[in-house]
Amino acid sequence: MTAITNYFKSLILAELFRGLMLTGKYFFRKKITVQYPEEKTPMSHRFRGLHAQRRYPNGEERCIACKLCEAVCPALAIVIDSEEREDGTRRTTRYDIDLTKCIFCGFCEEACPVDAIVETRHFEYFGESKGDLYMTKEKLLAVGDRLEKQIAADRAADAPYR
Amino acid sequence: MIESIESALSFLPDGLVTLIIVIGKILALVLPLMGAVAYLTLAERKVIGYMQVRIGPNRVGPRGLLQPIADAVKLMFKETIFPANANRFLFISAPVLTLAPSLAAWAVVPMNDSLVISNIDASLLYILAMTSLGVYGVIIAGWASNSKYAFLGALRSAAQIVSYEIAMGFALVGVLVAAGSLNLGEIVDAQRGSLGILNWYLIPLLPLFLVYFISGVAETNRAPFDVAEGESEIVAGFHVEYSSMTFSVFFLAEYANMILIALLTSIMFLGGWLSPLNGILPSSLLAGEGFVAGLLGDGIHWLLIKTSFFLFLFLWFRATFPRYRYDQIMRLGWKVFIPITIVWLLVAAALVVGKVGPWFN
Repeated sequence: MTAITNYFKSLILAELFRGLMLTGKYFFRKKITVQYPEEKTPMSHRFRGLHAQRRYPNGEERCIACKLCEAVCPALAIVIDSEEREDGTRRTTRYDIDLTKCIFCGFCEEACPVDAIVETRHFEYFGESKGDLYMTKEKLLAVGDRLEKQIAADRAADAPYR
Repeated sequence: MIESIESALSFLPDGLVTLIIVIGKILALVLPLMGAVAYLTLAERKVIGYMQVRIGPNRVGPRGLLQPIADAVKLMFKETIFPANANRFLFISAPVLTLAPSLAAWAVVPMNDSLVISNIDASLLYILAMTSLGVYGVIIAGWASNSKYAFLGALRSAAQIVSYEIAMGFALVGVLVAAGSLNLGEIVDAQRGSLGILNWYLIPLLPLFLVYFISGVAETNRAPFDVAEGESEIVAGFHVEYSSMTFSVFFLAEYANMILIALLTSIMFLGGWLSPLNGILPSSLLAGEGFVAGLLGDGIHWLLIKTSFFLFLFLWFRATFPRYRYDQIMRLGWKVFIPITIVWLLVAAALVVGKVGPWFN
């Protein structure tokens, strides 16, 4: 009996019409497309984008060359050389992050005892030639100088949760 | 209008005038058709996008309206690539063999009582013949490409088109029995009546209508019967190796065929250019001259509206149904559609012999 009813059900295309009704309903739904360059989705203050090196308000670089970030980096994207500066502090002579190796896990940021290396919200960057995505110390500090306001605001917003 | 052109050109020899007029008629049909094909691709992307809660292309021109033109220009400037060891002659002729029949079929399609390139009596038969020829282009394309995906796609497509041809032919025989004529214009006239929509063959031939339209979807290799292309299984089927204009000619043929099937369905089952308002509004409003009568009465615009509806169905199907499995396609064609059409052929014949109203009295 059920075989016969199923046969007639398939003959009147009932299930197909139900499927059509469903897509027909979605045809009139509000569209959820985000028109990217003009519209952007909200972004967390914990977003992990382009790296930056920060400075203290007096202009002194934060990094103390402890090499914790280099040690923790799972992708081995960070290379650090250090030496003693004239004033007796330990400073980096070389701080490179290879963005083509980086997996943006944020461990370097977590490991840093002085909040020197951070990941910013900036993610719309690109390289035009080979080596453009190899961030040197100068480049990282430049990014930090450029985005310091945003970086500081993001750290402040995240502070209550730490 | 044609007479005035004829008299204006009377200084030319007779044969030349006829040739000019025929070419003019062909251009008047093919150019709008190409435009319709171009914008059908945009409509497809927009409709499917909307059903997937996206907005579809909207970058080129206002609301993406220039997208088909951008696509056409892009395709024209691309390079035609010939696969190694492909048979060049067949490789080039395959798209031509696909497009030519699908355009040739349009020659006998009437737009209203007088708008038709060639008003021949066997037009239904001619259309059936022309739409079947399209499969040769697909087979040759698959063979000439020297690619296993193209070959598989061509085989699938050939088997599918040949199977559905039969159900389609039987459905057309039903229409032929009902109308008593093979001429498309007379088939439309046979659906004219005082009851309007109720006089259309949609009601007495409902199963044939469904079979015809679904077979038409299968015949044009559209989803859910697009195993010939099956991009998830055999990349793009018979036209994997085609690029540039050779590819776009396949595309043109596919969409021209879609429009043809939609148009034929509305001509044979939905009363063609007959107004659905017949029998609802008083006939004084529908007949005679004037703008209102032209809009509400019979006319080419009703045919275009009905055609657009079926074209929308094509896109709606594609957005809704998953692809049929190959054996299911064969089962549907041979074990469901053909028996249904044969049975309903008998029913239609009985209706005609019994002069059952309001259609056949």
